[in-house]
Amino acid sequence: MMELPVIGQSVAAPAKGGCASSSCGSSDDQLSHLPESIREKVHNHPCYSEEAHHYYARMHVAVAPACNIQCHYCNRKYDCANESRPGVVSELLTPDQAIKKTLAVAATIPQMTVLGIAGPGDPLASPERTFKTFEELSRTAPDIKLCVSTNGLMLPEYVDEIAKHNIDHVTITINCVDPEVGAKIYPWIFWKNKRIKGIKGAAILIEQQQKGLEMLVARGILVKVNSVMIPGVNDEHLKEVSKIVKSKGAFLHNVMPLIAEAEHGTFYGIMGQRGPTSAELRGLQDACEGDMNMMRHCRQCRADAVGLLGEDRGDEFSLDKIEAMNIDYASAMEYRAQVHAEIEAKLQAKQEQKAQFVPLSSLHPQRKYRSVLMAVATQGSGVINQHFGHAKEFLIYEASSDDVRFVGHSKTELYCSGGDSCGDEETTLQKIIRALEGCEVVLCSKIGYEPWGALEAAGIQPNGEHAMEPIEEAVMAVYQEMIAAGKLDETEDVAYAHAS
Amino acid sequence: MALQIISACVNCWACAPLCPSQAIYEASPHFLIDPKKCTECDGDFTETQCASICPIEGAILNSQGMEVNPAGSLTGIPPEKWQSVMAEIRAR
Ligand code: SF4
Ligand code: SF4
Ligand code: SF4
Repeated sequence: MMELPVIGQSVAAPAKGGCASSSCGSSDDQLSHLPESIREKVHNHPCYSEEAHHYYARMHVAVAPACNIQCHYCNRKYDCANESRPGVVSELLTPDQAIKKTLAVAATIPQMTVLGIAGPGDPLASPERTFKTFEELSRTAPDIKLCVSTNGLMLPEYVDEIAKHNIDHVTITINCVDPEVGAKIYPWIFWKNKRIKGIKGAAILIEQQQKGLEMLVARGILVKVNSVMIPGVNDEHLKEVSKIVKSKGAFLHNVMPLIAEAEHGTFYGIMGQRGPTSAELRGLQDACEGDMNMMRHCRQCRADAVGLLGEDRGDEFSLDKIEAMNIDYASAMEYRAQVHAEIEAKLQAKQEQKAQFVPLSSLHPQRKYRSVLMAVATQGSGVINQHFGHAKEFLIYEASSDDVRFVGHSKTELYCSGGDSCGDEETTLQKIIRALEGCEVVLCSKIGYEPWGALEAAGIQPNGEHAMEPIEEAVMAVYQEMIAAGKLDETEDVAYAHAS
Repeated sequence: MALQIISACVNCWACAPLCPSQAIYEASPHFLIDPKKCTECDGDFTETQCASICPIEGAILNSQGMEVNPAGSLTGIPPEKWQSVMAEIRAR
């Protein structure tokens, strides 16, 4: 047995101790290359900081119903599919209702830092409703960050309005930079009082998106670019998109999987266009990694999502419930500040601990083991604290000799839906196993007997021994156990021939 | 002469602000066009604005009662394909 205490061990780190990757050591280092001014803006934004998403909450309000383009993965009976998962319908709010709801949520969930408008259509296709909401909120809850998402068509026209309302984060969905590719994604746009179809429409949309991106960057507004990965349509092309948007100053590029089901009645759903597998998605994200920092924890939240990423407490804030709440806004804001300060202190402590994190490879430079993907069930706070059967999604971490790295998340259906059926839902379990493809370990607080057997049979080792432990430490501990048990020995000959 | 919004409308609000004649109003269960006010955009635009932005095929009829955007014209989904996939889903 090897003893490899990693955290906090006082071994002098080698000058370049295995830290070639930008994401070495801390999963939040995806932000480390950013200028201080940007980091300051994003460090407590759950959508932009992997670290923050364990602690801070966000909400969306659905005030903007109209849209001015058509995407082949969207059915306008439902919410904008750029930001939400398809097939979802949010309750449309008036700006006044949205303001009330935001203040109520911010008073009830003090971890809240961000309010976004992302639908249910395109926020800039309903500019009056969108900007009225922002204007009022920047006055009544100045500590809440505001952000907006758009397909980009009307961006150049509204950039100055966006800057005026102190919105410092904008998300643009950019699926292509080539009109020929665009025509396969966007059948039409509405532009200057006309519906324009095909390549001509796509060309205008692309031009507007790129112009909007440049104008936002020029005004110092942070821009995240979202892309929907559509296998066979834009998957290869997105590598170029990633390069271009980065060179123009977008600070994050987030590749999301196409979700296409016939039931949603979308073009892609009906025509049988498939979405990417988890492995294909990770592959593209990896390929773009050199170009740009990726945001792998994005959940494609619905247009009225409330709470921590991966959770939705929207039901607690229906209009009649808000009406019944009695809120002291001023003291709510004070309490928020206090809660945020506590979270900051916690994150600071975590960061310091990580600074002492010693890459395994520096302790055993002669050995290089292959990396291992592990799935983690968590409800937040950065620890393993969820029962396998209650997990709606798993966070995927990659452990290697150099570090533990967050690489994405896999959505699943609930394995245990309660009641008698719990435990013999063969198909759901099979779906989960498919979603965890490529993972060798699944870490959770507890797991039932039957899924345990099925996972093992599929080559995924369930592990409930690290309940309530910090995720990254637990993943590293399991990785070391695997090394110690000789499970990673097949590459033991890959020695550091060129090591100092 | 007037256009008409029928039950396929999904209440997306896109059309109403574009109407040069303020003929479109929110109503239940769906938006409506006041036939006395609708000018078919004559004199203002070459294309009827509501029908040019409406994303839903079949939601708007012209003065002859014909769909301005018939099935397949906006989504690109061939109507036969739509029918067969929907039949498949129902059969499940
Ligand atoms: S921009 Fe959003 S609402 Fe508009 S068509 Fe695309 S996915 Fe749908
Ligand atoms: S056709 Fe023109 S005038 Fe008539 S309702 Fe539509 S937008 Fe208004
Ligand atoms: S644009 Fe079409 S679907 Fe939307 S409200 Fe008008 S008629 Fe209804």
